[in-house]
Amino acid sequence: MFDTLSDRLQLTLGDLGRAKRLDEDAVNKAMREIRLALLEADVNFQVVKDFVAGVKAAALGEDILKGLDAGQQVVKLVHDRLAELMGSGDSKLAFGRPPTVILMTGLQGSGKTTTSAKLALHLRRQGKRPGLVAADLQRPAAIDQLEQLGRQIAIPVYRTDTSDPVRAAAEGLERAKGDGLDVVIVDTAGRLHVDEALMDELARVRDAVKPLNVLLVLDAMTGQEAVNVAEAFQRRIAFDGVVLTKLDGDARGGAALSVKAITGKPIKFASVGEKLDQLEVFHPDRMASRILGMGDVLTLIEKA
Amino acid sequence: AKSRRALTAEIGAGTFSVGDEEAWERLEEALIHGDVGVRATAELVRRLEARGEIGDLGEALAEEIEALFGPAVTLDLSASPTVILVVGVNGTGKTTTVGKLAQKLREHGRTVLVGAGDTFRAAAEEQLEIWAERAGADFVGAPAGGDPAAVAFDAVEAGRARGRDVVIVDTAGRLHTQSNLMEELAKVRRVIEGRIAGAPHETLLVVDATTGQNGLQQARLFGESAGVTGVALTKLDGSAKGGVAVAIAYELGLPVKLVGVGEGIDDLRPFDPREFARALVSG
Ligand SMILES: Nc1nc2c(ncn2[C@@H]2O[C@H](COP(=O)(O)OP(=O)(O)OP(=O)(O)O)[C@@H](O)[C@H]2O)c(=O)[nH]1
Ligand SMILES: Nc1nc2c(ncn2[C@@H]2O[C@H](COP(=O)(O)OP(=O)(O)OP(=O)(O)O)[C@@H](O)[C@H]2O)c(=O)[nH]1
Ligand SMILES: [Mg+2]
Ligand SMILES: [Mg+2]
Repeated sequence: MFDTLSDRLQLTLGDLGRAKRLDEDAVNKAMREIRLALLEADVNFQVVKDFVAGVKAAALGEDILKGLDAGQQVVKLVHDRLAELMGSGDSKLAFGRPPTVILMTGLQGSGKTTTSAKLALHLRRQGKRPGLVAADLQRPAAIDQLEQLGRQIAIPVYRTDTSDPVRAAAEGLERAKGDGLDVVIVDTAGRLHVDEALMDELARVRDAVKPLNVLLVLDAMTGQEAVNVAEAFQRRIAFDGVVLTKLDGDARGGAALSVKAITGKPIKFASVGEKLDQLEVFHPDRMASRILGMGDVLTLIEKA
Repeated sequence: AKSRRALTAEIGAGTFSVGDEEAWERLEEALIHGDVGVRATAELVRRLEARGEIGDLGEALAEEIEALFGPAVTLDLSASPTVILVVGVNGTGKTTTVGKLAQKLREHGRTVLVGAGDTFRAAAEEQLEIWAERAGADFVGAPAGGDPAAVAFDAVEAGRARGRDVVIVDTAGRLHTQSNLMEELAKVRRVIEGRIAGAPHETLLVVDATTGQNGLQQARLFGESAGVTGVALTKLDGSAKGGVAVAIAYELGLPVKLVGVGEGIDDLRPFDPREFARALVSG
């Protein structure tokens, strides 16, 4: 559908494509296409508006680089801005006096439990001694799931026989500490950002385990709603970074841009499959190309 | 926040005038903001324009959305046993929907058997077994790593042998781009077809209401591999209104049959196009 952003721009820009400078007419026409591309990628429409306004201002009067036409020049500009925006902020986890606590939060089914196990594996490969704490006492067999994942990668999982997630989190942390682990990852139940009671419960879990890293686990297929989700989790829980999941599919992943633009919080990891080694550090430039849906044009731009 | 306002608030429904370009633009934006997508939005705008006289815009828009869905379609449960296959991408709510649906059917006096066709995800079988117990349905499990088609076979056979009214087969979440896993799903379907002519009688695609435009591609490709007959739209208890279902209905003609409105066993409803359209428009 949209591996042809550059084609579409060339079509729209017509003769303007051969101009030496981006004039107002060319920029306006190009921005219409960019706007559509971003909306089709599920970037929140308010974020699209602001972003496009910013790029437009930057594009006006810009000299067109040798070897590029006007369309490609615009794409390059948009791409670079997008990558810059998404790449700002520290994408590394914070580590303090051990044990460092990582709290996993997010909507139902976004990938928290799977990502918890992946992170544990990732950190052990970096020489840490991680453990997992089961604090989802809600979803049927959620603890079983975490225990089975822990077993697959030989990472200890702490469960407490209680119906209170705050207690499960706190006791799990204590025991992990007692066992000399230096990173403790707390898996929580999925919850909707509009569920006041469950958001409040999450805040109490956070207060009990004092995480140095609160991560929002976000499904890359999320639509316009991503902004509401991010705002609410930001307000109630104040997360430090995002893990974007299910990027192995064909979702354009505009939600990533929405969340970054609204909260300013960095995207730290990309999850690219169901297997436990399928976790990657986040690449802003790849994400920018993905959101714009461009393949061929990138190589052109890189050469320019 | 601005982003949370209802569609009608965004477009200023009361003051809408047909000749007002900006008002039309705001209407388009509002629909895009509701995840309806660019093409279905253009169609809705076209239909509204064709009306000439619009009157109350919120009302008119809701009517057009409702019309786009057509009349409500319910599950076809006439066969005995009726076999229902449940498919979708990861984490949308398939297993939960199987549990809730089993409960609904039990309430309507039907006997139900559920089959744990997800042999891949950790504790997927345990999760479904808990739901089966809650709903008072028979349960057919499988060893982890087993063949999902074999589970489907066992479930259909057991359902038939025991004279159950409905057999519901859960499957592992898979992205529609994973061709080997989509082929696996097609095989599950073929095995069911081979046991009972005309089965599966329903193949439900479970779509998360927070999904954006990717939902359309999900419906397209699951439709091709698994012969989807309807959508179950989950997590409508959040603030997402599931606008992508409008795009799915418009572009693929696929009806929504069920909606999920919570994590509890009773949180499943038949799809009501009017109610859905009004909720989408008025927030
Ligand atoms: N394809 C793909 N699937 C993923 C990825 N991450 C997680 N999943 C799958 O998504 C589904 C949900 O993952 P979970 O880890 O159970 O999600 P959760 O957020 O813990 O879910 P709840 O606890 O119910 O809120 C499972 O089928 C996972 O295997 C990913 O990066 N790619
Ligand atoms: N709020 C809400 N949560 C739901 C709804 N339906 C399912 N869930 C939750 O969504 C999460 C995922 O549900 P599952 O039924 O495990 O999803 P699935 O599609 O079977 O997941 P995989 O098998 O891993 O692909 C769980 O935490 C469910 O409780 C719903 O209608 N509303
Ligand atoms: Mg979980
Ligand atoms: Mg499942």
